[in-house]
Amino acid sequence: MGDPGTKEVFSLSDLQATGQRIMGRKHVLSILVENEPGVLARISGLFARRGYNINTLAVGPTDDDKISRITLTIDGAEHPIDQVTKQLHKLVHVLKIRDLEPHDTVARELALFKIDADAHTRQEISQLSEIFHGRVVDVARKSITVEVTGSDEKIEAFESLVRPFGLIEMVRTGEIAVQRGRHTT
Amino acid sequence: MRAVEALMAALKHEGVDVMFGYPGGANLPTYDAIYDAGINHILVRHEAGGGHAAEGYAKSTGKVGVSLATSGPGATNLVTPIADAMMDSVPTVFITGQVRTDLLGTDGFQEADITGITMPIVKHSIMIRDPRDIPKAIHEAFHVARTGRPGPVLVDIPQDLSRAEIDYVPIDDVSLPGYQPTHSGNAKQIRLAAKALANAKRPVFYVGGGVVNANASEELRDLARIEKFPVTCTLNGLGAYPAPDPQWLGMLGMHGTRAANYAMDEADLILAIGARFDDRITGKLSEFAPNAKFVHIDVDPAEISKNVPAHIPIVGDAKEILPRFSEEYRALESDESRMKEWWERIEHWREKYPLTYEDSTDNEIKPQYMVQAVWEATEGQAIVASDVGQHQMWAAQYYDFPEPRRWINSGGAGTMGFGLPAAMGAAAGNPEQLVVCISGDGSLQMNIQELATLAENKIPVKIFLMNNGFLGMVRQWQELFWDGRYSHVDMGNLPDWVKLADAYGIWAKQETDKTKLVGTLKEAIEHDGPALVDVRVTKEENTYPMIPAGQAARDMVG
Ligand SMILES: Cc1ncc(C[n+]2csc(CCOP(=O)(O)OP(=O)(O)O)c2C)c(N)n1
Repeated sequence: MGDPGTKEVFSLSDLQATGQRIMGRKHVLSILVENEPGVLARISGLFARRGYNINTLAVGPTDDDKISRITLTIDGAEHPIDQVTKQLHKLVHVLKIRDLEPHDTVARELALFKIDADAHTRQEISQLSEIFHGRVVDVARKSITVEVTGSDEKIEAFESLVRPFGLIEMVRTGEIAVQRGRHTT
Repeated sequence: MRAVEALMAALKHEGVDVMFGYPGGANLPTYDAIYDAGINHILVRHEAGGGHAAEGYAKSTGKVGVSLATSGPGATNLVTPIADAMMDSVPTVFITGQVRTDLLGTDGFQEADITGITMPIVKHSIMIRDPRDIPKAIHEAFHVARTGRPGPVLVDIPQDLSRAEIDYVPIDDVSLPGYQPTHSGNAKQIRLAAKALANAKRPVFYVGGGVVNANASEELRDLARIEKFPVTCTLNGLGAYPAPDPQWLGMLGMHGTRAANYAMDEADLILAIGARFDDRITGKLSEFAPNAKFVHIDVDPAEISKNVPAHIPIVGDAKEILPRFSEEYRALESDESRMKEWWERIEHWREKYPLTYEDSTDNEIKPQYMVQAVWEATEGQAIVASDVGQHQMWAAQYYDFPEPRRWINSGGAGTMGFGLPAAMGAAAGNPEQLVVCISGDGSLQMNIQELATLAENKIPVKIFLMNNGFLGMVRQWQELFWDGRYSHVDMGNLPDWVKLADAYGIWAKQETDKTKLVGTLKEAIEHDGPALVDVRVTKEENTYPMIPAGQAARDMVG
């Protein structure tokens, strides 16, 4: 937005609307909250009531035991992200929200894949998981369980590779993320 | 001291002089403390009545309204007032009793998860887990309720904790790291907005309840009168700008004036102050004020660009922002004659489409006339609470409010049953003022039990019942949009209102004759104590003008 304020007179048509919907990308919101009972319910309730769809949600303690961090991903194509963050900010126990820029963010998700396996396929699956820097965490007569961490794209790529073997179960934690560099959220 | 005594001390420290409530097992300790706390407590006849009374008190005085209930059904009876207070940003604190902590989560007798139930409709809520936190919770609740964008705060206190022994030292500075409302408004944005206004040829001030909440009416008037700017108010904003006034276009929105709605439609700049672009204002959003740029002043950042994208957003308290806005404006060079054509256009609408109705030629009482009669009998000087329906819209249209906090209304939620208890709360908070309640025969029956509270406490509310025998507003919609199929809107077996009031010990009279109406209303006003006048009005009169739901201002009918 230009700054019509610097001109002595400006026509109203110079004014650009703010709060326009920045549509299109996935957003990773990193939210610091006070460790109070019901905080998560308030946040998820707010999303439900306003019709915002949460893609993933991860909650855990921080280095300060009075504070927890919620990492939440949401599809920015569907929801005006500034409305989402402003509504969240109205919750008294929400301390800080950062909409993490993808290029400036390290994000990880952990997934466990339990896959159909027998003597023939075990080797092949374990090799695949090595390529993905995954780890075999359990082997049984008819199954193998692999742990993979990484971006959601990586996890989804691994999923599509092992699905043909027969995916018995898959569990994902949802993303957690930090900004690159010295900055904190 | 006992935790409940500390609770009373904290309430007194917050300046509470009256509260409304209803006792029960879970808040028995609290009621024991109230017994000799020296705070005026009014025993209502239903918790919903207590909640709305707290709202009426808050809306009319600007102070925080307080309402108490016991656990379970007592607490759930507060849900409607809490939702109502949230929609209209009413500073209120609701204190509920809860079952003992050892019963929590066991479906104990009269257990209801009231913090869970009310989570989407409170500004904040606090569940007490340690009795030592009770006073602090009260101070936090009041702080959150009255600062920033005001709203309802719930404090839920388990019975056993309220019986504990604790120490209490009052605190004045609440610290909530996650709650830092913005007051001041960005200086550059204010300057920019002043310039935009100086360059606008067709500006309109669109004023909402936020200006009333911010006590910023004077500041608004100062700005509006620097040059002759047209002003319109929302239902909740009525009185924020004095009516009538040459610059005032009347109310806008669904039942607003044509001048106000057409002006919004053709405006090139809309200055929205403490207003939230509700759908009853905008109608069809895509066709709302199509030529306008928007300056939006609001204390709640989430309101900015929620429904309508703002071109110049200013977050903060109107009372701080408006004087600075005026100062910036005065420093600019502007030419008032640029608005000449605009005012000609507005005057044209005013002349062509005044707010009017066809009055009866015989003794029949038209509902619009009834409001004018109320205005005459009260000399335009009453605090007027209304319920919800046609009578509410007619009251908004035909009673001119000279100042804010005279119009007590359920605007956002539209809660029938609001009027009588809200009037009661307003009267409790303003013992020197005349308080009237304009209600409908449907609405009044929704909290009719509060007649007993009025009578017992000799609260001199004057109830002027606009009796049309119908759920009038719904009947109007059925007539206009549902082929006149009057499904369940005939109030059929109406009580004999005079006898009913008499049963409660309230002075009452019925009026059917237009020529006698003002006199009868005056009689009620002069009567020492609460009074009810059952005014028989035209049964099938419609509220006009009207923007049918979801349509544009240009499509106004009637
Ligand atoms: C609690 C509640 N229930 C239902 C409605 C829907 N409603 C809106 S106006 C109205 C009719 C009101 O009738 P009355 O109080 O007699 O007033 P009138 O419109 O006749 O003046 C109804 C049922 C509402 N607003 N609130």
